[in-house]
Amino acid sequence: MFTLAGKTFNSRLIIGTGKYRSFEEMQAAHKASGAEMVTVAVNRVPLDRATESFLDYLSPEMQILPNTAGCYDAEHACRTARLAREALETDWIKLEVIGDKITLLPDNEQTLEAARILVKEGFIVLPYFTDDLIMAKKLLDAGCAAVMPLAAPIGSGMGVQNPSNLRIMREQLPEATIIVDAGVGVPSDAAIAMELGADAILMNTAIAEAKDSAQMATAMRFAVQAGRLGYLSGRMPKRLYASASSPLEGAIK
Amino acid sequence: MKVFINGETKEIAEQFNLLELLREFSLPSERIAIELNKEVVRKKDWESIAIKDADRIEIVHFVGGG
Repeated sequence: MFTLAGKTFNSRLIIGTGKYRSFEEMQAAHKASGAEMVTVAVNRVPLDRATESFLDYLSPEMQILPNTAGCYDAEHACRTARLAREALETDWIKLEVIGDKITLLPDNEQTLEAARILVKEGFIVLPYFTDDLIMAKKLLDAGCAAVMPLAAPIGSGMGVQNPSNLRIMREQLPEATIIVDAGVGVPSDAAIAMELGADAILMNTAIAEAKDSAQMATAMRFAVQAGRLGYLSGRMPKRLYASASSPLEGAIK
Repeated sequence: MKVFINGETKEIAEQFNLLELLREFSLPSERIAIELNKEVVRKKDWESIAIKDADRIEIVHFVGGG
């Protein structure tokens, strides 16, 4: 069980809706993942052609988390959040302010500015940001419901690049909800992030770009569960040298 | 008159309100949002707000994303 802004989720896996080869494949992956919250993007309606209603392909039980993807400053992110709120009647927003087109790394300064504005306007703000403890503290002070540090650049599939940053964040912010967002490539990456103490993981590409996305979604579901149980169980200490598991005394000679 | 919709310049013959504008472009009125000159317009106000020359309008819906 995982509680975020007063809402309880059974699944600690939050997944995206982008890059799937078909809506049917997306639906199968969503179902297999066990996720109860999915992200969606706000985009201009094409004026020259009819479009399918993408939201019809999402299970009605799913909590929809709109994002501010594609925004490069606080003003655009706030405007996008307001549009999403009006259209979906949700106060929840994944705040994403990008600083650079090549790396898609977040602009932390603009993210913080937008977070302060949106919190004041009553939004439940979930900010994507660089895995930095001080930034996390500032975002939480601003009133964000959780912090969402990246594991690696969006869509890179590189896995947790800075495990010590996540560990420090977990240790220094024991009460905060930490959701690792972006960069997971394989189930072991998800398990590592959870073992480090993340409360949940948000991923898109790792599932959507897998050859069998539904099967990968299942794998991610188990990996998140395994990582969480591992974290709660408390790991053994790391040792430089061996420590025998079988008694050394009494072996035949 | 000329208005800017989703970054495109459009010639609008009549003085449409926002709801009529959606109909003009055969756009759905559900699960979309409209911004007029950078301010979100509440759905209940769509019918009462008339478009003016040089207005900048953004009409958004939802697509797949992460």
